[in-house]
Amino acid sequence: MAEKLLEVKNLCVNYATEESTVKAVSGTSFSLDKGETMGLVGETGAGKTTIALSIMQLVPYPPGIIVGGEIYFKGKNIIENTEKENQKMRGDGISMIFQDPMTALNPTMQIGKQMVEVVRQHTKTSRKLAEEKCKALLETVGIRSDRFNDYPHQLSGGMKQRVIIAMSLLCSPELLIADEPTTALDVTIQAQVLELMRNLIGQSNMSMILITHDLGVVAETCDTVCIMYAGEIVESGKVRTVYKNPRHPYTRGLFESIPRLDDDDDVRLTPIEGSIPNPASLPSGCKFHTRCHYCKDICKSEDPPEQVDAETGQTFKCHFDLFAGGVE
Amino acid sequence: MGTLLEVRNLKKYFDVPKGHLHAVDNVSFKINEGETLGIVGESGCGKSTLGRVILRLHEATAGSVLFDGMNVTRMDKQELRSIRKYMQIIFQDPYASLNPRFTVAQIIEEPLRLHKIYPSEKQIRARVEELMDMVGLSTRMYNAYPHEFDGGRRQRIVVARALAINPRFIVCDEPVSALDVSIQAQILNLMIDLQKELNLTYIFISHNLSVVKHISTNVGVMYLGQLIEMAPKRAIYKNPLHPYTVALLSAIPSLDPDAKREQHILKGELTSPVNPKPGCRFSARCSFAQERCFSINPALEEVEPNHFVACHRVSEFTGAE
Repeated sequence: MAEKLLEVKNLCVNYATEESTVKAVSGTSFSLDKGETMGLVGETGAGKTTIALSIMQLVPYPPGIIVGGEIYFKGKNIIENTEKENQKMRGDGISMIFQDPMTALNPTMQIGKQMVEVVRQHTKTSRKLAEEKCKALLETVGIRSDRFNDYPHQLSGGMKQRVIIAMSLLCSPELLIADEPTTALDVTIQAQVLELMRNLIGQSNMSMILITHDLGVVAETCDTVCIMYAGEIVESGKVRTVYKNPRHPYTRGLFESIPRLDDDDDVRLTPIEGSIPNPASLPSGCKFHTRCHYCKDICKSEDPPEQVDAETGQTFKCHFDLFAGGVE
Repeated sequence: MGTLLEVRNLKKYFDVPKGHLHAVDNVSFKINEGETLGIVGESGCGKSTLGRVILRLHEATAGSVLFDGMNVTRMDKQELRSIRKYMQIIFQDPYASLNPRFTVAQIIEEPLRLHKIYPSEKQIRARVEELMDMVGLSTRMYNAYPHEFDGGRRQRIVVARALAINPRFIVCDEPVSALDVSIQAQILNLMIDLQKELNLTYIFISHNLSVVKHISTNVGVMYLGQLIEMAPKRAIYKNPLHPYTVALLSAIPSLDPDAKREQHILKGELTSPVNPKPGCRFSARCSFAQERCFSINPALEEVEPNHFVACHRVSEFTGAE
């Protein structure tokens, strides 16, 4: 049995504004082993980034507050961390790649300088050693070290994203959170970046949480997957298990909404009707019932339990087990 | 079904300090009425510029656009205005393309008023309600403002506005890229239904190859301003011939976790479209490039019925099949 690196228990995060309280994440639990890669999938506003920020201890306060739950990183509840402990943990322990490579770098600073700053912040290293380390890592991600003194605007989008990946790996973190690392990139560049990340993870036994809305990217990169809807994880399990037989109606709906390249005929897409509920006034009972084909009375009034498939470990949050028998 | 739109040797160069930026370079194609031409390519390949030049939102540098036999590129202002009734565009970002201070009704009726289609207010109102109904918006929202809608419904407003004056041809510039997958499918279905119902002709511009495959009749692949491959969609996905198309298709992550595909990961990135070097634009990244590829730009040729490819070595790829 692999060692548990991260465990999130019953995490609840609210954003409180004057008019309303938005429940961005409500009662989410999952865990991640050492060396494992987990995909966190969901639509805009599902709470993916909030989970990432909670683990980084970077939820913007105000308006964001972690109102409940525990986050254990290497056995320690990091919610109780002091700010000093947090700073130590970020970079060394957990590091994050933010969504937009165009804005994550400081435009007035040479990329080399930005990278050296990271190293020297976290370790006592001489400037010279730090520079060498940064240059070596830039080479690993495929950027010639003579670009070391370039400013971000001199690099293309793909290169900027690679600089950010290099930067997040500088202190050899044990956990990397990548928030939509390839969404802003073209497919051919995305393929390059994903391959790079797969190789780096393979070499260093690092764990990764990959946040994305692209189910294809998860299939190519991850071991396990969690599907989020309106602040909750509605389905989770091994990628293969979940993709072969999604058990939650929302996951099914997602798969049916995606046009596929391998279809022979013009299959009509089956979209999920309606749209994501307003997170400030979530529906009662099952959050998905307003858009679910299989909705019954109980779904409207009672929060569904989390069911676990004893054989595969697949979990799904539904009153029923509609798709137990596999693909029809 | 006849040809509705024909583009002949269309060029659009932008002047930049270092020379000319070849945004669209010698592109030619035809679209039949009621069909959809999908245009795919990476950012900066000129696909949006192409759409805009066709509608004359940019003036072409050279070449012509024939709409129903009439040369759009040569029209004067008045003629252009009368033909714009038949040509519309849907933009990518429904958050940016709607005036936040107009109500839904004002947005949809604006083209009706501009083209003076209906004489009475009553008729305008009836038409707006009909359009809202057509795109699946509740007429209860007649006086609502765009901020009251989510992305999917905003894009429905955009579609309704584009349809208001009964166009025959619509340029769809990444209409679903800003939307979540579940909403994306709703809008795609809507567009397909409307096309059948109203016999519309689309140019569907997108970087998402699966979406383009879903909606198109023919697909054209662009690279640095040039059309490098064009074919009926099945041919392009089953039997891509240009090395760039092959790489582009293999770069799409598969939904099947068991799929062990041969990936052709491209090295490098798009080269600059400013004063491009002679030779095939793709040669710098192509693993099949030979000497002639660096000196002579290949022309788009029909290698199989309706399957056009611009590559010097294409005969070797077809021979291998």
